[in-house]
Amino acid sequence: MPTKLSPSWTRLRWLPVLGTLPLLAGCDLVVLDPAGDVARQQGDLIVISTVLMLLVILPVMALTIFFAWRYRAANKDATYKPDWDHSTQLELVIWSAPLLIIICLGAVTWVATHLLDPYRPLARTGPGQAIAADVKPLDVQVVALDWKWLFIYPEQGVATVNELALPVNRPIRFRISSSSVMNSFYIPALAGQIYAMPGMETKLHGVFDRTGNFDGFSANYSGAGFSNMRFKVKSLPMSEFDQWIAAAKASPQGELDRRTYLKLEKPSEKEPVRRFAAVDPQLFDAVVNMCVEPGKMCMHDMMAIDAKGGAGVAGIGNVRNVTYDKYAGRGHPGSVGWSIRYVAALCSAAMVSADRPDATPVNPAPLKGEGLPHPNKAAERTALSSPSPRPMS
Amino acid sequence: MTPHPAPEAGPFLGKLSLNALPLHEPILIFTFLGVAVGGLVVLALITRYRLWGYLWTEWFTTVDHKRIGIMYMILGLVMFLRGFADAIMMRLQQAMAFGGSEGYLPAHHYDQVFTAHGVIMIFFVAMPFITGLMNYIVPLQIGARDVSFPFLNNFSFWMTTSGAVLTMISLFVGEYAQTGWLAYPPLSGIAYSPNVGVDYYIWGLQIAGVGTTLSGINLIVTILKLRAPGMGLMKMPVFTWTSLCSNILIVASFPILTATLALLTLDRYVGTNFFTNDLGGSPMMYVNLIWIWGHPEVYILVLPLFGVYSEVTSTFSGKKLFGYTSMVYATVCITILSYIVWLHHFFTMGSGASVNSFFGITTMVISIPTGAKLFNWLFTMYRGRIRFELPMMWTIAFMLTFVVGGMTGVLLAVPPADFVLHNSLFLIAHFHNVIIGGVLFGLFAAINYWWPKAFGFKLDVFWGKISFWCWVVGFWLAFMPLYILGLMGVTRRMRVFDDPSLQIWFVIAAIGAAVIAVGIAAMLIQFGVSIWRRKELADESGDPWGGRTLEWATSSPPPDYNFAFTPVIHDLDAWHDMKRRGHRRPVGGFRDIHMPSNTGAGIILAGFSLVLGFALVWHIWWLAAVSFAATIVGAIYHSFNYKRDFDIPAATVAAVEDARTRQLAAGA
Repeated sequence: MPTKLSPSWTRLRWLPVLGTLPLLAGCDLVVLDPAGDVARQQGDLIVISTVLMLLVILPVMALTIFFAWRYRAANKDATYKPDWDHSTQLELVIWSAPLLIIICLGAVTWVATHLLDPYRPLARTGPGQAIAADVKPLDVQVVALDWKWLFIYPEQGVATVNELALPVNRPIRFRISSSSVMNSFYIPALAGQIYAMPGMETKLHGVFDRTGNFDGFSANYSGAGFSNMRFKVKSLPMSEFDQWIAAAKASPQGELDRRTYLKLEKPSEKEPVRRFAAVDPQLFDAVVNMCVEPGKMCMHDMMAIDAKGGAGVAGIGNVRNVTYDKYAGRGHPGSVGWSIRYVAALCSAAMVSADRPDATPVNPAPLKGEGLPHPNKAAERTALSSPSPRPMS
Repeated sequence: MTPHPAPEAGPFLGKLSLNALPLHEPILIFTFLGVAVGGLVVLALITRYRLWGYLWTEWFTTVDHKRIGIMYMILGLVMFLRGFADAIMMRLQQAMAFGGSEGYLPAHHYDQVFTAHGVIMIFFVAMPFITGLMNYIVPLQIGARDVSFPFLNNFSFWMTTSGAVLTMISLFVGEYAQTGWLAYPPLSGIAYSPNVGVDYYIWGLQIAGVGTTLSGINLIVTILKLRAPGMGLMKMPVFTWTSLCSNILIVASFPILTATLALLTLDRYVGTNFFTNDLGGSPMMYVNLIWIWGHPEVYILVLPLFGVYSEVTSTFSGKKLFGYTSMVYATVCITILSYIVWLHHFFTMGSGASVNSFFGITTMVISIPTGAKLFNWLFTMYRGRIRFELPMMWTIAFMLTFVVGGMTGVLLAVPPADFVLHNSLFLIAHFHNVIIGGVLFGLFAAINYWWPKAFGFKLDVFWGKISFWCWVVGFWLAFMPLYILGLMGVTRRMRVFDDPSLQIWFVIAAIGAAVIAVGIAAMLIQFGVSIWRRKELADESGDPWGGRTLEWATSSPPPDYNFAFTPVIHDLDAWHDMKRRGHRRPVGGFRDIHMPSNTGAGIILAGFSLVLGFALVWHIWWLAAVSFAATIVGAIYHSFNYKRDFDIPAATVAAVEDARTRQLAAGA
């Protein structure tokens, strides 16, 4: 199974940067040397792909220089064939060499993209360390606000702003959304990024395999305060994580309810770390459904009504002018000729969690030879054996 | 944050008021003073030397594809200086803003700078450059007298210029978008960008887009219908082939951009909800649509330059192009494939693994024909006699630079790798690596290669070499640090940084940008020195490099009618074939030549469009209505202009051709 890179590949990780090594001695290439299994495999993939491509790139560069030198006009000894313009053998080589590389790389891509799909639950915390079937990942809900990050821990019932603490070696499952514009949630040491989009939910799985302090930030420009949309990530041993949670529960900030959230989501920059001792359990789903504001129809209600044919002509009148004006906080009282509107709530059904089941893990067995048992992989194999198709996400 | 709230729209001036002038930004005031003084000097000189009439009759109203081509190049060059000034400002800001320093640009200004840099470099530098190049060269290469629709050509140029002018106006009146160069909603929607910046963006691109689309149609028709007799499709020069593919891409993809921006316009102006968060809008739709245009755009830019490299390599190796047929098929493959890769710009949006793999693999597949092209250039050099003139130097620099950019591009096409490199400075380094290494180096090769054709004298080699080395060294200095920073997890569009260990890399990058600035200065000096020494550098033959294609068969610069007699084509590399068969220039039997007449309609209609764009940006509705009506009425009025053509009398043709005969005899 290709989840585990063979030791020789892992050793090759440093090959392409070898040349610039003296220069790079002092810098932290977090993308190639992260602190989590997912990011590590992604980093390794960069190295593998680079090596594969260098197989064709380096000869081309060498030949360019060699031909340029060998066939310079001053060198009258070199053969000159002004009318030679075709060779079937050469043509075959020049089309098939890149083709072969791309076939290899394409196969690697297909497998790796499925295995490292951010929606896919993790099967291991590191090479050879399969996750037992009964281990539940830690849920963290992430909301990108203008211009800070809100993290909600639904199991623990606490929330923080601009600070994320995670237990080491425990898989994390992020549910990610945004309050106003698009951002990208990225902790380079942990796993690749995924967009945070308003009214939508994305997912990301990751796990830290060592403790330490790391950086997280938005990797998609989101307006004036974007540069400071950064947060600290702490990877803690389980006991310290529990202490951290306990400290958060004792925070004087009180509960993060809807009213507090509406104040919090107003644009602001360089927000200090804040911890909330409690959190409205439906807050994240209300954010995703874009109905934190009282009296606004939730997306799931709207979709349910639309699925039944819509509210008809009556629905046309059922809009209200926005008064909470997110952008008013950006310093612009309404400047457009009309008011920005939203659909008012009719009679709200109970909030339905937008949390969909995780993607089903792919079974990469056919890619490795159907039915052939892989040594030392029994545990992972059981974890990956549910065959139902991937739900739409 | 914007320094002042958007004003209420008034009936007469719309949202426009004195507040729109950025009097609180010293950088802009000094820039404005510089531009104003420089502009006044230029205007005064034109008036002093009584050049207005000359400029109007010989240039502004011209329908000659050669002059329009030159005007496109001048537009590209002027806008290039603006776009590069933006680049220097960004490099400076990022090199300074460490350890609590805010640098020297506030967010409101910095965010406009990086948006404007991207928009200007793509739409108002690269596009005019390649359009100008194709305009000048394609008709000559296929033995045509002009393009198919000469008036449309003039109109297209002025529409592109109007878009550029509207974008430049935003520097001093109001503001430009603070959204990044593709203006993703919801950020670019009215709720989060309530001021005029995004409106400038929209109307600048829409007006220029009309020009680009029409010029694309024009060149396709020209290539398909006006080829000299005997020039079948598989006897077309490679540059013409790549131009054809590039223009097909333009015609097929620019309408998508137009439609996408039109939907965004409706969202902003009349309150529809195509891309809003509420009421069923989907910003993801915008991102998909804009990249369905945006990815082919990359190939629109680079394909014509692939043609240039082919011409240059073949000419300066003194050899037929290796694998012409596979070169053509590779170009066509790239053209088609460029449409099915757009999603690789947003793997991180949360599509399923199979969708992401599909688009990742299609992207990689493009590297196969591209790789084949590289090998073809390589084997064109093989067993050649390579002369290292400036165009060939740029081509070698391209081959060595572009492969690295191509490699990092394929790397980014691997979705899991993209998850850690997306939006990082690694990505910035990658696309500058392909756009500078692929598009700009090719343009410099082309300018050095065809300058003697356009003006009758070669470019100075000394300053050309200084420019070359500064550019190549400066490029690597400026962008290698960005690759490394990307691997350190640094993302793009950042204004300030925490981690002091990053600073050294930004300083190196800023030094690289400064070296490039020297390269640009050297290039401008090269143009100046060459014009000064034009007598010494003169080329009487019309064929200074031992060219192989038809443009070298005529004089430099070519007469208005290009060819006194339309040549008959027997072989690929038509001019090389004619020379080999001992072709003799016809010296008698000239006939009247039917030519299109100049017209001021293009510049006038584009001027109305510029006013329309400005009025729409500022919500000055009465002016928008008047200028829109003027544009339509003007176009209808022009359609009743029947004085569209004239004949160059045979006697004039004979006089021009006799002068050429004497010139050739004197040179021989």
